[in-house]
Amino acid sequence: MALPDSLLRVEVVSADGVIWEGEAESVIARTTEGDIGILPNHEPLLAVLVPSAAEVLSSEGNREIVALDGGFLSVAGNRVAILSGYAKMAQEITLADAEVELAEATKNLEAGHNDETTKHHFDRATAQVKAAHRMAGRH
Amino acid sequence: MAASLRELRQRRQSVTSTKKITQAMELIAASKVIRAQQSARRAAPYTQELTSAVAAAAVALPGQIDHPLINPVPQVRRVALLMITSDRGMNGAYSSNVIKAAARMRKRLESQGIEVYRYAVGRKIIQYNTFRSLPMVATWEGFSDSPTYAHAHEIADRLMADFLKPYEEGGVDEIHAVYTRMESMLTQTPTVRRLLPLEVVKASATDATPTVEYTPQYSFEPDPETVLDSLMPLYIRSRVWFYLLQSAASQLASQQRAMKSATDNANQLIETLTRQANQARQAEITQEITEIVGGASALAESS
Repeated sequence: MALPDSLLRVEVVSADGVIWEGEAESVIARTTEGDIGILPNHEPLLAVLVPSAAEVLSSEGNREIVALDGGFLSVAGNRVAILSGYAKMAQEITLADAEVELAEATKNLEAGHNDETTKHHFDRATAQVKAAHRMAGRH
Repeated sequence: MAASLRELRQRRQSVTSTKKITQAMELIAASKVIRAQQSARRAAPYTQELTSAVAAAAVALPGQIDHPLINPVPQVRRVALLMITSDRGMNGAYSSNVIKAAARMRKRLESQGIEVYRYAVGRKIIQYNTFRSLPMVATWEGFSDSPTYAHAHEIADRLMADFLKPYEEGGVDEIHAVYTRMESMLTQTPTVRRLLPLEVVKASATDATPTVEYTPQYSFEPDPETVLDSLMPLYIRSRVWFYLLQSAASQLASQQRAMKSATDNANQLIETLTRQANQARQAEITQEITEIVGGASALAESS
């Protein structure tokens, strides 16, 4: 790998394309087992993610926050890939929109639509609200 | 004669306005097909990452992989056929090519005594089946030229649910998809692919990841089985997503071509009609002159 040993090469990929890529100092994500922090020279890893907000500390010192609807994380040779069908960068989410989504999803869920799609919608909305909150807290 | 001249001009007028429409549609399709191809390209990294992750998880699992989405059913009795067509016409033979390919597949399956369940995407195939009162299990429409991942998600989840259902409760043993592969702007081929059960070939799975110089010894969280378990649905969704994107690009390319030849035809028609109209006009003038000359000479003779 041509990368310096002290940095991670991170790609955040949604089904619609690569939504963020760059060099980073660390990545924090929530797996099914709990939060995990990835630093450079981490061992190769494949982990299942839960709907959550992941954080990437970029080499420029920015804290990039991304809302995930599940998906997985793979680490190999200082290359980190975060895959999630509906991944969205926090700065592209407005808190108001996310809360409307969440309210709608909650309503659907309470109305007894207990199917996969509704649950997924709810998870996605929750993750986006979390990401938006964290984004707001940053400033 | 005068009526015929007017008629010819009227026809020319109407062909001209048709040409304007087809020309506009050609341009729209041309710009949309580029966007469709771009989104197909943008989806590629997701598929790649997913494929190499599935391969890594499969390699880590010792022995034969035992997973409901992978294990082939010993006796196939019922097959689901997912057919992806367009919502609207004006695409040349795009939809009918898919319908024909699907019909061939269905005949082949039925000749083996396998029951076929239809899953239809796109208004064209839905209309086709409804008109012939052929039963459909599930239908989706309204997004044929601009599908989103959410559509793929919905379709894939429905297919997986039916695949995992036991046969007695209306489940299917295999799922095949008929979509149109975009080979180039000129060639789009209707293609039949088996979606489920998945074929995992372990040896080629490691070869399929040439981007990584070595296959690293991954550690898994929580464990390889669970990782593979949660990757599988993502993988199926991304397959369906790929089919939808390819079909959308093919549809638009096909539309562009159809509209281009429609415009060319209109041009030819306009030319012919203009010639005929000119001829009719000339004939009319000639006749008038003959009548005047005839009348004048008749007058001269009588006086």
